[in-house]
Amino acid sequence: MAIEIEKPSVGLSKVAVSETHGEDSPYFAGWKAYDENPYNESSNPSGVIQMGLAENQVSFDLLEKYLEEHSEASSWGKGAPGFRENALFQDYHGLKSFRQAMANFMEQIRGGRARFDPDRIVLTAGATAANELLTFILADPGDALLVPTPYYPGFDRDLRWRTGVKIVPIHCDSSNNFQVTPEAMEAAYRCAESMNLKVRGILITNPSNPLGATIQRTVLEQILDFATNKNIHLVSDEIYSGSTFSSSEFISIAEVLETRGYKDSERVHIVYSLSKDLGLPGFRVGTIYSYNDKVVTTARRMSSFTLISSQTQHLLACMLSNKEFSENYIKTNRERLTRRYDMIINGLKTAGIECLKGNAGLFCWMNLSPLLEEPTRESELALWKVILNEVRLNISPGSSCHCSEPGWFRVCFANMSEQTLEVALKRIHKLMEQRRRRN
Amino acid sequence: MTQALYSRTRSPETEKEKGGGGAAMRVIVPLQGVVQGRGGLVLGSVIPCALFYVLQFYLKRHRKDTDEQNNSDSSSQNPTPRSSSYGNLSELPGLTRNWSRGLSSPRNLRGPVSVSGRVSGIVKGADSPYYVGLRRAKEDPYDELSNPNGIIQLGLAENKLSLDLVEHWLADNAEQAILRNGKELSISRIATYQPFDGLMEFKVAVAGFMSQVMEKAVSFNPSQVVLTAGATPAIEILSFCLADAGNAFLVPTPYYPGYDRDIKWRTGVEIIHVPCRSADNFNLSITALDRAFDQAKKRGLKVRGIMLSNPSNPVGNLISRETLYILLDFAREKNIHIVSNELLAGSTHGNEEFVSMAELLDPDDFDRKRVHIVYGLSKDLSIPGFRVGVIYSHNEEVLAAAKKLARFSSVSAPTQCLLTSMLTDAKFVQTLITINRERLQSMYAQFVAGLKKLGIKCIKSSGGFYCWADMSGLIRSYSEKGELELWDKLLNIAKVNVTPGSACHCIEPGWFRFCFTTLTEKDIPIVMDRIQRVSETCKLNR
Repeated sequence: MAIEIEKPSVGLSKVAVSETHGEDSPYFAGWKAYDENPYNESSNPSGVIQMGLAENQVSFDLLEKYLEEHSEASSWGKGAPGFRENALFQDYHGLKSFRQAMANFMEQIRGGRARFDPDRIVLTAGATAANELLTFILADPGDALLVPTPYYPGFDRDLRWRTGVKIVPIHCDSSNNFQVTPEAMEAAYRCAESMNLKVRGILITNPSNPLGATIQRTVLEQILDFATNKNIHLVSDEIYSGSTFSSSEFISIAEVLETRGYKDSERVHIVYSLSKDLGLPGFRVGTIYSYNDKVVTTARRMSSFTLISSQTQHLLACMLSNKEFSENYIKTNRERLTRRYDMIINGLKTAGIECLKGNAGLFCWMNLSPLLEEPTRESELALWKVILNEVRLNISPGSSCHCSEPGWFRVCFANMSEQTLEVALKRIHKLMEQRRRRN
Repeated sequence: MTQALYSRTRSPETEKEKGGGGAAMRVIVPLQGVVQGRGGLVLGSVIPCALFYVLQFYLKRHRKDTDEQNNSDSSSQNPTPRSSSYGNLSELPGLTRNWSRGLSSPRNLRGPVSVSGRVSGIVKGADSPYYVGLRRAKEDPYDELSNPNGIIQLGLAENKLSLDLVEHWLADNAEQAILRNGKELSISRIATYQPFDGLMEFKVAVAGFMSQVMEKAVSFNPSQVVLTAGATPAIEILSFCLADAGNAFLVPTPYYPGYDRDIKWRTGVEIIHVPCRSADNFNLSITALDRAFDQAKKRGLKVRGIMLSNPSNPVGNLISRETLYILLDFAREKNIHIVSNELLAGSTHGNEEFVSMAELLDPDDFDRKRVHIVYGLSKDLSIPGFRVGVIYSHNEEVLAAAKKLARFSSVSAPTQCLLTSMLTDAKFVQTLITINRERLQSMYAQFVAGLKKLGIKCIKSSGGFYCWADMSGLIRSYSEKGELELWDKLLNIAKVNVTPGSACHCIEPGWFRFCFTTLTEKDIPIVMDRIQRVSETCKLNR
């Protein structure tokens, strides 16, 4: 037996032991602190309030009302006639009725300004899977994708971990409200070249996470021109497209393509999901919409690794094809998110904190740089620790989003009740008062 | 639109290739002039330079070729090369291997935007008879009344025999289970972010079900369960965790055609075939395993593990307890992993005892860390559409990595709630398992008897939804080509879709997998009749 102990233990792969999953970063460390001491209005009023999770809980009642009134969505009808087909259905094309419903929903969100063909929709178990899948298809190991900063921390894992693809950041700063510029894109491209990396695409999030703002039409056009010029792909993650505060300010890349007559569109791919707009991250529903036939075919086959439960497809197909429900939901959800946003912005303003002017998303991009000891990442993390441990709010530091300017934080406001948000704002007020008194 | 673009840009590519060869000729001939002293200085410097550039060009292309091969599909790594009959199958307008690389050079800026090497791999794989047959049967499905001349599907390992039981349970319990759970209708429970590797209550229910299915011989610890959207990602995730790109797994043949995709496609891991033979009843021989391991070593491939299927697909036999012990010894000796795909553990129908690899592992056994079980609800519960797969392991590092990777393939929350309810109904589960086994036994016996009457023998097997039949007596030439000709006749004349052994990499031609669980008893005579159409003519032609 002693001899066996000396033998090397059976090894794991590089992927398995890699740290690229990123779960040791502050973004996730804050969640651990929350898990250990979660706020509860009655049982734990001094616990940590979770403001680092971009979840939409403001419109659950609308979903519940629909399901209450339409039991056929969750039970395949009396005697379950549709069940047999549904339970056996594992076709990677996905339920046609569901794809049709998703296409319609995406059109409604864009106010009918773009059309979507259900046969170009590929279903995946969440947008996380969609982004990874596209990366597998568009790039080889060792290649690079350009991503504007600040970006969603999960991209470091989703785009890089198993794919072996690298991210080269396109640096944006507050001088122009963190918008992407042609110069910044060029600089990133040259940076990739100097590292001998082949750039295969540019990935944007529109509306942006963590900025909480939509990308302007002129910028979208510049990005598309850049991609065309370098002959690379453009992935537009539009997961927050239904969470804009007004219906007209969001412009999808699909609309830009439409006005250009779909010229050169085979390089464009849109990622969408119901996790944010419909508040259903637990359902695991994501889509890839591609204007490239080969990408659609390959993505479909690759989606075998990440199919959506046919039961869930059936339920959502019923719900989303109900025009009355979907129109009302989009409108009401928008109003409620706007209300929350106004509430938090005003609350922060009275505390003396400025935020980036936002118009979408489940969060705001808060500027705490005046509070930093020094304009450094270390100072930002020190402040973040204070906010987590003393103020007991879990918010996301800009450095975990690769923001090049220290002092910015993402604060989520839709994953809690209004009362909890009030409590959070009170705590922030207190912090600011303490700081003022100290000075 | 995209097709036209591809063909336009393919020609500059082939011209480049021709250029390479032509240049060589144009160098050799003037060399004679150099030797005879004419234009010596100029040619003496130009020719070596030209040779140098041609050599560089050639080396670059060759390196790209090997890069592509690492990412491409099975046929390039298959030790038993594909026969020419492959060309007879419908060919998708394929990509030439290197065009994507060539196009990314600055000269081809106006060409279409390139995609990764992984794209060409799957394009070719999709034309195997396994997939072609499935597609054809889908397009022209048999129906007793509306399409009596349609194709009868015997190529899909789906079990419809006990679906009625599941259906009844759901009709009575579904809505309650998903939304209410005995209380007010609430969606927040299933709507919000859940642990990516599954809800603990569902893990408990699944662990309990696995134990019941394996007749309580093992108890499974729910905290060692990672749930995935089907067994397909479970296998891929394990491949990612246990091997690096370029490493290999030993896999006994014939095997489930999907392994070529699940184990190899995105991971870059290779499969080394371990052939099983009819003389051994297609049971795994350790000699063959040893030989395959040594062959891998000679090829410079590092073997990281063995992928077993027990009950096996497509043959349907069970691995004996003795063989399982021998396999553990082998894995220990070579210090490699064992993945035991026990997806069909609940679908055994003979008198033979099913033994899970998990049974053999002692709590103090160091070797527990090298064994990983794959399971799922697609087969035993007949719900492939709901996408529930399981990775079960005693290795904390593997579990930690798999839990994180499960985020790309999570089980939908409402489905988890529904099935938790179903699986914790112990009485229902027991009834289902028992009745399912009885029906499987009955259908198997009838189907095999039917084939026997036609002079077609099957391997005696105890598991799965299919029988493994020897039709070598009916093929004209004892080769893959002959086998595929018979497959074609069965598909187009007899109008039954069956899986030919070559799609499963069987080393002996003439074997076919017939799935019988999508049939009812009265379909059997019709199927036998259809097969007879072909078997009679084949006998006459020999």
